[in-house]
Amino acid sequence: MNIRRLASLAAATAIMVTACGSDKKTDSTAAATATTTAATTAATTAATTAATATDASAGSTPDSAEIPTGDGPGKGATKVGFIFVGPKDDYGYNQAAYDGSQAVAAAHPDLEVVTAENVPEDDNATRVMEKMISDGATIIFATSYGHLDPALKVAEAHPDVVVVQQGNFIQGDILPNVGTYFGTVYEPVFLAGIAAGKATTSNKLGYVYAFPIPQTIANINAFELGAKSVNPKAETYVVNTSSWCDPAKQAEAASSLFAQGVDVITQHQDCTATITKAAEEAGKMVVGYHADASALAPKGWITGSEWAWGDLYNEIVDTAIAGGFTGSKFNANYRVGYKDGGNPFVQSKYGPSVTDETKALIADQLKLISTTGSPFTGPILAQDGSTLFAAGETPAYADVESKNTKFVEGVVGEIPAG
Amino acid sequence: MSLLSEVLTGGIRGGTSINYAALGESVSERSGVVNLGTEGSMLCGALAAYAIASETGHPWLGVGAAAAAGGLLALVHAYFVLSRNANQLATGLVVLFLGLGLTSLFGVDYVQALAPTFKPYAVPVLSKIPFLGGVAFKQDPLVYLSYILVPLSWWMIFRSRAGVLLRAAGERSEVLATHGHRVKPIQYLSVVIGGMFAGVGGAHLSIAYTKSWFENMTQGRGFVAVAVVMFAARQPFKVAAGAYLFGAALALSPALQSRGYGINQFALDAIPYVVTILVLVVLGRRRAAETPEGLSKVFEASTVG
Repeated sequence: MNIRRLASLAAATAIMVTACGSDKKTDSTAAATATTTAATTAATTAATTAATATDASAGSTPDSAEIPTGDGPGKGATKVGFIFVGPKDDYGYNQAAYDGSQAVAAAHPDLEVVTAENVPEDDNATRVMEKMISDGATIIFATSYGHLDPALKVAEAHPDVVVVQQGNFIQGDILPNVGTYFGTVYEPVFLAGIAAGKATTSNKLGYVYAFPIPQTIANINAFELGAKSVNPKAETYVVNTSSWCDPAKQAEAASSLFAQGVDVITQHQDCTATITKAAEEAGKMVVGYHADASALAPKGWITGSEWAWGDLYNEIVDTAIAGGFTGSKFNANYRVGYKDGGNPFVQSKYGPSVTDETKALIADQLKLISTTGSPFTGPILAQDGSTLFAAGETPAYADVESKNTKFVEGVVGEIPAG
Repeated sequence: MSLLSEVLTGGIRGGTSINYAALGESVSERSGVVNLGTEGSMLCGALAAYAIASETGHPWLGVGAAAAAGGLLALVHAYFVLSRNANQLATGLVVLFLGLGLTSLFGVDYVQALAPTFKPYAVPVLSKIPFLGGVAFKQDPLVYLSYILVPLSWWMIFRSRAGVLLRAAGERSEVLATHGHRVKPIQYLSVVIGGMFAGVGGAHLSIAYTKSWFENMTQGRGFVAVAVVMFAARQPFKVAAGAYLFGAALALSPALQSRGYGINQFALDAIPYVVTILVLVVLGRRRAAETPEGLSKVFEASTVG
C-alpha cells in the first residue's frame, strides 16, 4: 500500500518537474553558457567599454557612438531576457530572434542572456517574464506580435525594468520603460516581388498568410507592387491558414495554389520549411521569408527576406545599460527602414535562376527606396478602384501600416470579413 | 483542376491520417475501451516516423517506428485502464498530454532535420480512370495502404473469429470468460492495435503529407478521429467516409480562397467540424443496440450523481 502510494507520488512529481522545466528548457543551456562566460569576467569596466566599442564598429547603425545616458530603467543591467512564441529552430521568425539574442550575448560577455521558447501569447507570457525579472533580469524582449499585452502588464508592475516588444504598436500613452520596435518588412518584400515578377512564366504568384493584420496586408501589397513594376500582368493569389504555423494547412494551401497555376510562392508564416519544401518538390519557385531556407530549395529559391536582429538588439541593450532608455528613440513605436540605414530585415541571397538583369533592377529600386522613394509611392489603387495612396504621395514609415487597409489591384482574393 | 476534384483529392490526402486513427480507435472501442489519447499516439507516431526516417534514410522504417511509438503510448493507456481500473476518459486525456509533452521535448532537434518522404505514385491502370483515377489513385503509398486496411478491418471485425472475440469482449465479457477465453489480453491487444494505427496516421501526416515535423502538428485530428468513430458507429466503411468528409471540408478553405472567394476566415475554419457532425449524425443514427455494452458502461459510469 505504502510503496504504491510512494511510487505514484514520485511519478506525479517527476511529471510536474518535467512539465515546469520544459517551459525554460533553453534556460538551462543558455544560462550554462552565459555563466561560464560571465565567470571569466570578474572584470572590469575596461572589458565593458571594450565591448561597447567593438559594438559600435561592428554595427552599421551610424549613431551607435552617441548612446544616450542617464538614470533610466535597465541601467547597469546584468541580465537580459528574451521570450519567443515558437521554437528557436523553426527556420523562421523565432530562429531569427534567437540568433539576435545570441548576438547580444556575444557582444556583451558580462551580460547574462536568458531565453524562453514556446511562450504562448497569453498570461503564460506574463508568468515567464515575471520569473525572469525575479531572477534578476532588468531588460526584457518580448518578441511576438501577441506578447504586447502581457509585456505592458509586466512593464507597469516593474518601472525599473525595460520591456520592449517586437512588432506591435502601443496605442495611447507610452510608459517610460516600454517601447516597440520593428523593421520595415515590406521593403525587402517589395524587392523580392520584383524578382518574383521577373521569374514567373504563368504570371501567377502565390502568398500564404495567417491573419490579415496590417503588417501582412502591407507585405502582400508590396509584393504585388514589386512584381507589377516589372511585369504588369502579374497577379498575386492569397490563401490564409488562420495559424502562424500549421504544417498541414500550409501543405494544403500550397498544393491548392499550385493547382491554380501559381509558379512562384511565398508566405507570411512563422515556420517556413513546409511550404518551401512543397514548392521544391512541385518544381515551382519560392521566395523566402523570415529566414534563409535556400538549403531546402536549391533549385527553386529565388530570393527572400530575413532578419538580422543583432545590431538593433545590441543598440537597445546598450541604450538601456547606459541608463538612457527613457525618452530615447526606443521609448516609442520605433520603426527603422532602409532610409535610416539600419533595417534589420534584409534581403536574402539570390538563387541560381535569378538573372543579372533582375539583380540590376532590384539594386536600382533599393537605391530609390533608400532615399526618396517607397514601395507605396502613389498613385496606388485598391482592388475596388479606390485610391489607397494619392499620386505623388510617399508615406512615412509610421503611416504605412495604418494606410494599407485594402489589397491593391492585382491581388486575387478578398480580405476575410469579420 | 476543377474545384470538386481538388477538394476530393485534398480530402483523401488530408483525411488519411484521421482514417488510420479512426480505424484503430474502432477496434479499440469494439472491445470496450475508449482511448481519448489517440491524438497523443498520432503525435508520437509523427515524430517517430520523421526522426527515424531522417536518421536511417528509409521512410518505411519510419512507418514501423511510428506504429511502435503509437502502440507504446496506447499500452500506457491500456495498463492504467485495464489493470488499474482508472477512469477511461481521464486516463485518455492524461495520455494525450503525456504524448504532447514528450514529442514537444524530444522533437526540438527534428524541426530543422530533413527526412526522406513518400512521393505520390500513380497506380498504373487505375489512375487512368476518368475523374476517380486522378482523385484516388495519384496519392502516396500510405494512402493506398489505408485503402486496403478499410475492407480488411471490416472483414476482421465482422467475418473472422478474432472479430467475434473482439466484439464479445466489448459486448458482454462475462460470456467470453465463461467460454474459457481471457478477456484482458484481447482488450490489451485491441488498444495497442488502435495506438499502432494512430501512430501510422501520424506518420502519414509528417512524412507523406506535410513532409515536416512541428510540435503539436496534429492540431486536434486525433479528437476528430474519436468523434468520427462514435458517430459512425464503429463501422470501418462509415468511419472511412467520415474521415474523408472531414478531409474534404478541410481542403475546401484553401481551394475556395485560391480561386478568389474571401469568405469569413473563421467560418471556413469551422465548416469541417460542423459538416462532419451533421452528416454523420444524420446518416449514422445511433441505435442503443449498436453500442457495445462494455462501452455504454464507460459512459454511464462517468456521469455525475
